[in-house]
Amino acid sequence: MTEIATTPETQHRTSNRVQLALVGILLIGLVIAPFTLYPVFLMKVLCFALFASAFNLLLGFTGLLSFGHAAFFGGAAYFTAYAVKEWNFPPEAGILLGVVGASLMGLVIGFFAIRRQGIYFAMITLALSQMFFFFCLQAEFTRGEDGLQGVPRGHLLGFIDLSDPLNMYFFVLVVFIAGVFAVWRIVNSPFGMILRSIRENEDRAISLGYSVNLYKLAAFVMSAGLAGLAGGLKALVFQFATLTDVAWQMSGEVILMTLLGGIGTIFGPIFGGAFIVTVQNYLSTTGFPVTVLTGLIFIVCVLLFRRGVVGEFNASRLAKKLGLRSRS
Amino acid sequence: MVLSARDLRRDFGGFTAVKNVNLDVHHAQVHALIGPNGAGKTTVFNLLTKFLQPTSGKITLLGHDITKTAPARVARMGLVRSFQISAIFPHLTLLENVRVALQRPEHLAVQFWQPLSKLNVLNDKAMALLESVGLQNEYDSQAADLSYGRKRVLEIATTLALDPKVLLLDEPMAGMGGEDVGMVAELIRKVAKTRAVLMVEHNLKVVSDLCDHITVLQRGEILAQGDYATVSNDERVKVAYLGTDHDG
Repeated sequence: MTEIATTPETQHRTSNRVQLALVGILLIGLVIAPFTLYPVFLMKVLCFALFASAFNLLLGFTGLLSFGHAAFFGGAAYFTAYAVKEWNFPPEAGILLGVVGASLMGLVIGFFAIRRQGIYFAMITLALSQMFFFFCLQAEFTRGEDGLQGVPRGHLLGFIDLSDPLNMYFFVLVVFIAGVFAVWRIVNSPFGMILRSIRENEDRAISLGYSVNLYKLAAFVMSAGLAGLAGGLKALVFQFATLTDVAWQMSGEVILMTLLGGIGTIFGPIFGGAFIVTVQNYLSTTGFPVTVLTGLIFIVCVLLFRRGVVGEFNASRLAKKLGLRSRS
Repeated sequence: MVLSARDLRRDFGGFTAVKNVNLDVHHAQVHALIGPNGAGKTTVFNLLTKFLQPTSGKITLLGHDITKTAPARVARMGLVRSFQISAIFPHLTLLENVRVALQRPEHLAVQFWQPLSKLNVLNDKAMALLESVGLQNEYDSQAADLSYGRKRVLEIATTLALDPKVLLLDEPMAGMGGEDVGMVAELIRKVAKTRAVLMVEHNLKVVSDLCDHITVLQRGEILAQGDYATVSNDERVKVAYLGTDHDG
């Protein structure tokens, strides 16, 4: 059985090498970027790229379309902002609280949603996240329409001053890398293999003895927690948490980012997040309605490249030449 | 007797798909479930594996009442099924398909923090299963690229990976080429020595060669039971299913 072990191994090794090189280039770019581009813009890109990656863990690798991820993203933003501002939590503890809070919300919303499939699953997540939206609108601690303003960034580990944009940027970058690595690890793990098999054929997974609802719920909670990581980070970057982050439009936006970049790929959501944030950023100064353009992008994406930009690239000849095997 | 059903009934709204079904599946025997289209064979399968909840009746597996047990739990107790439509994981490789079945019994299914290479310890076992059905050369291709018949073969290999005590095969030979039919029949004969097999099958030659016991279903009810000679000489069966001029 030695040849069995080596053939795919060598194939995977070339693909690994190319992927590693691409990751290296991306990382170097991200390290240089804040010296040429506006750091707050870059941090926004990273937050949304992480959010989309977390979402993709569920849509791309488990096959569950959640329409309520804004609740986890925005919820964590409130938790982090409140803890840092009102309880003087250090930033790392504030973000941790956001992640835990988002995970718990994921546990509750996921518990109800996984009982149904397809469009019903999506509708339940939407309904529950809308309930959370109205809770945030009414609740005392969110300050309603005003949101939580003036959240201090504080000192990381007590001595790194995050009010310095570069310090903050590199903190965000490290968290982003850790978050994307977590997604990658979950996807490429024994557990991830079971998630994929559930996405591929749920009944078959059941007949093999897998309690698929538990696996789905676990994936849902992980996705919610990582979305919370992105949300908590965003609250520190912009120093506020508002209703925008928990609104249903945010849930729609993250779906668009993931679809545009390519569901079921690691780099797709990162690209999608970066692209959408960049477009929004440039259009915000022109007065052109952003939603019109994002709608157009969505239509083009569905009509011309359903696999998303990165997905189409992976399926292309160039990718094959580079040894990147496309993995649905 | 490893699997038995008593007075099984299932209604869909006002329609009774299955009623008065009493079945006993014995260890080391191949039991066939036959009947014309729409007789309720697949419904019986879904009831026995708990993919459908019976309206009334009782199902016992290895001495345990499983009438209200969840399907995944039933599978873990040793009752594993295949499906009428080829149930594979299309975008996984053949090796991965079989390996997914091995992961749970080998306690390698929940580790989300470990690399995929942890699963390589299962490769030898998975390869041996692929070899038993003659798919070893394609182990690294995607399951979606297989022909229909070979997908069925892969599904059987995946099912056998669980080493089930009771094996339920829903039309295992449907759509298979002649060569594969012979191989799968041989495989079923072999695995049935150490476990019970219940299969839905249309190919009467396969049924007569392979099966020790036959249950004929018609319109959701059992028409006849017994060995092939008994069943094929039953007048009602001849009329209803085999045709009056059937020569065996």
